[in-house]
Amino acid sequence: MLLEVRDLRVEFQTRDGLVQAVNGVSYTVEAGETLAVLGESGSGKSVTAQAVMGIIDSPPGRIAGGEVRFQGRDLLTMRAEERRRVRGDRIAMIFQDALSALNPVLTVGFQLGEMFRVHRGASRAEARARAIELMERVRIPAAKERVNDYPHQFSGGMRQRIMIAMALALEPELIIADEPTTALDVTVQAQVMDLLDELQREYRMGLILITHDLGVVAGVADQIAVMYAGRIVETAPVHELYRRPAHPYTKGLLESIPRLDHKGGELRAIRGLPPNLARIPAGCPYHPRCPLARDVCRENPRPPLYEVGPGRASACHFWKETMGE
Amino acid sequence: MPDRNSEPLGAQEDASAKALTVGTATEAEGAPRSLWTDAWHDLRRNPIFVLSALLILFLVLISLWPSLIASRSPVHCELGRSLEGPSAGHWFGFDTQGCDVYTRTVYGARASIAVGVCATLGVALLGALVGSLAGFFGGFWDTLLSRVTDVFFGIPMVLGAIVFLSMITLRGIWPVVLVIAALGWPPIARIARGAVITAKQNDYVQAARALGASNTRLLLRHIMPNAIAPVIVMATIVLGTFIALEATLSYLGVGLRPPTVSWGVDISAASDGMQFRNAPHILLYPAAALSITVLAFIMLGDAVRDALDPRLR
Repeated sequence: MLLEVRDLRVEFQTRDGLVQAVNGVSYTVEAGETLAVLGESGSGKSVTAQAVMGIIDSPPGRIAGGEVRFQGRDLLTMRAEERRRVRGDRIAMIFQDALSALNPVLTVGFQLGEMFRVHRGASRAEARARAIELMERVRIPAAKERVNDYPHQFSGGMRQRIMIAMALALEPELIIADEPTTALDVTVQAQVMDLLDELQREYRMGLILITHDLGVVAGVADQIAVMYAGRIVETAPVHELYRRPAHPYTKGLLESIPRLDHKGGELRAIRGLPPNLARIPAGCPYHPRCPLARDVCRENPRPPLYEVGPGRASACHFWKETMGE
Repeated sequence: MPDRNSEPLGAQEDASAKALTVGTATEAEGAPRSLWTDAWHDLRRNPIFVLSALLILFLVLISLWPSLIASRSPVHCELGRSLEGPSAGHWFGFDTQGCDVYTRTVYGARASIAVGVCATLGVALLGALVGSLAGFFGGFWDTLLSRVTDVFFGIPMVLGAIVFLSMITLRGIWPVVLVIAALGWPPIARIARGAVITAKQNDYVQAARALGASNTRLLLRHIMPNAIAPVIVMATIVLGTFIALEATLSYLGVGLRPPTVSWGVDISAASDGMQFRNAPHILLYPAAALSITVLAFIMLGDAVRDALDPRLR
């Protein structure tokens, strides 16, 4: 077991009161496996990742409970200095918008080299050489000439490659990619995803892919966890989830994908909005938007994660009905 | 995007001039554009900056090597020529003690510039340190440091300086510098705190944290370079006011003391017993030198602020 997140809870103190961004999330990632975490904005998918990385701003954020075991050791109880050494070295992160995630006043070569200087104590010259090597590995043309360029001098796709190179620099066991292709246009998205997929296979890294894009997930993920209102509502191997979703929310998401063969038909959106995390509805948090909702859904306790098949779970009382249709 | 800020409004002439020199322009376009290169690009074209910078360069030169333009000694005085007016060999005339006013005005630059520069350095370092620690760590440290800043902010500069300096009898440049630095840092600390809080929220700071950078590295490498501009602007502006403050303190009799040659000391001596009514030159020249110097620094500060603040472009 590479990473095991167990019953993780994260809260934020805001003006509107206590916001429970993550409410008991559990998932596991094996070496070489890709877990896609799927959800709308505000479903807690990014906050979960930040908690695993240990970069939640506190205050206002606070980890209220749970465990994050990385290779058997709980990251949450680790000393700050020890944890800092894990970051970037053993677990690395790829951010959504490379333009804002790279420092505008430092050259990309410096920022790539910084990984070796911080974690390996490399000299300036050595760090520079490794930076060029990394840029070549993520296929940036003319790496030698471009190593002294600044982030804004690269195109969006190239910048994202540099972000990937930074994350890969020290060959971590686990990479968390937070919407790595959202800021890119579609053709570049595919190239960046292919590169990420290829590098992951090559190094046998675990990958947590956070996204709201069902199209991105299908090609690369092994396992999917669907999040809603700070909870996981369904987990399943990727193809089974697409074939037979076991939660009405997942089903709604799949039905809301525009399809070419349904030309002229109306796009089926999920009605309503995700709940305010400071006032999550009682019972199943999805019940106000759910077509199957009945009285039992509106009452506490909320539905547990029912085991619905090998490696599959759904937090819906009516998972049989949902799957059966 | 990189060229967005490079052309000020109404720069058609510049543009056509550029078109004629495409050959040389390619080199400049290849260079990295940053806040600093953009600012330098603006500054070189600003006549106010050029004028004030040349003036300041001149002042710095004569304060380092006053003998370049003044051959006499500022403390070589002939009482017999007391209050003698300007003449061919002595353009600015003589003061009460019979010292050459021209020589004393030239030598006075050293004290003023030294106090201004050293006090500004002290204020900038102290202010940036306190402000960035408060902004970076937030929470308890922010509250503590911000309240300390407020306490110092509440002390009127001149009053505070009078209280501290009147306790010291042997007053050279250093006690004055220390007192100004100790009382003048709060505005810079506030600005630095704000700039650090803004810079801290950038994604690249969180990204650097996620890749394992330590707090020191985050602050020095990733936050400070992106937060230093407003501190520099503020420091340039206060430099002029510190020079004026030194003169004020010396005039009030709590600043520099006579063996030290300074404009404030001379202005103070000139107004003793209304001497300047009979011999206006003993007040006029040091006062004019002081005004021009303060003006030069304030103009420089203005020009630097215009160049570094993207909103003013």
